[in-house]
Amino acid sequence: MPFEILLGAWVATGLTLFIFTFLYQDNPLFKLAEHLYVGVSVGYAIVKTYDTVLIRLIYEPMVKQGDWSLLIPLGIGTLMLARYVPKAAWLSRIAFAFIVGVGSGLAIPRVISSYILKQVEDTVRPLASIVQGSPSFTYDLLNPASNLNAVVLLVGVVSVLFYFFFSIEHKGPVKVAAHTGILFLMVAFGAAFGYTVMARMSLLIGRLTDLIEYAEPRYGLASLWLLAVTVTLLAAWSLTQRGKAAPPADG
Amino acid sequence: MNFFRRQLPLLITLVTGLVFAAQYYVPHPASEEMLTNVTKWLQIIGGFALVLGVTSLFHIHAVKIRRREPGWGYSFVLYAGMLGTIVIGLWHNGKEVVNGTMTAFGWIYNFMMVPLQGTMFAILAFFIASAAYRSFRARSREAAVLLVAAVIVMMGRVPLGEYLVPLSGDLTQWILNVLNASVRRAILIGISLGAVALSLKIIFGIERAYLGGGKE
Repeated sequence: MPFEILLGAWVATGLTLFIFTFLYQDNPLFKLAEHLYVGVSVGYAIVKTYDTVLIRLIYEPMVKQGDWSLLIPLGIGTLMLARYVPKAAWLSRIAFAFIVGVGSGLAIPRVISSYILKQVEDTVRPLASIVQGSPSFTYDLLNPASNLNAVVLLVGVVSVLFYFFFSIEHKGPVKVAAHTGILFLMVAFGAAFGYTVMARMSLLIGRLTDLIEYAEPRYGLASLWLLAVTVTLLAAWSLTQRGKAAPPADG
Repeated sequence: MNFFRRQLPLLITLVTGLVFAAQYYVPHPASEEMLTNVTKWLQIIGGFALVLGVTSLFHIHAVKIRRREPGWGYSFVLYAGMLGTIVIGLWHNGKEVVNGTMTAFGWIYNFMMVPLQGTMFAILAFFIASAAYRSFRARSREAAVLLVAAVIVMMGRVPLGEYLVPLSGDLTQWILNVLNASVRRAILIGISLGAVALSLKIIFGIERAYLGGGKE
């Protein structure tokens, strides 16, 4: 087993266990891992930005290909840093104006095309099909393209839009439509919740799988040793906290 | 001077907004090239935004250390993690793997970032379950619908659930592909209408919050 892999297994196990200690309560081990996580993540983002932006997008095209037009975004970007000079802080508005202007301009036609017209087009589909010259209606629930599902989709989209956008008083037929919209929303929220829970469970299983693997003798029983150390440290910290008075509640 | 501080940014927004909205309707190679270039420009300018964020983070923790605020020692851990990653990352030119061999930067990614990130999100599973236990009481018909949908999707996403309730897999697919899709579609249409309206307000100078306050 290469040393760096062995060391990596021990570090990964230790950090995983430190984060899990939060399930007991907020404690120094968790805070240590949490701050390390922020530090490493920011450092990683800086290095990746350096590699992508400074080297690939600025240095190489400018120095190797002579594309000096890149001085314009460099200048605009530098204006953003003017925020640190109070007398020249207004210069940063020029940079923000450029970003927001370009972003808004790009958004308008693309959003209308991809998110409004395309979604409406996919919703307003034929509610019945013509098969061999005669109309037919397919009931297959598991086929999202079936006629029954086309009706359900149409009812769902229209009723949810009714609930959100019609600011008139919800009574009579409008109330029925809005209430149907609420039921559709509740199903979607429930589905989103269930989906999220299972995604988190999947991550949890992944971490536990790693802990089980690192508990093997070839990794020096890393998980078992570090679990013992973590529990001991947590118990010791817990004992030191007992004598201390509870801090005043926030707010 | 007031022109440069107030009117010039609004003029830049108006011109760039109209030009890039019009760009979509001009299928000419020059127009496409302009779009490609400006996309790169935005990436470059975005890099400077990272400088703003990192400076702010540095400042917050420097103040914490200077004032010896509770937990100031953890700020050193953050600095050490950040600076260590930057030095090692720059040493390896931001490459995790070179000639099939993992670099020290790759080691940091695989054995520090991935486990920390994975565990951070994994512990949310416990808090979501705890929150669900407290709030998932079917007090009304709507809450009951939400509860039933969540249970069906959770059952349908795991082999055990499908084994216990064979119908749950198909039902989950139907809920996600049809019922959920219809709601997502309606919400997307609503958000898009709002985004278009906001973009128009920004371009025509009605919405100016992005310029911030401060001296005129």
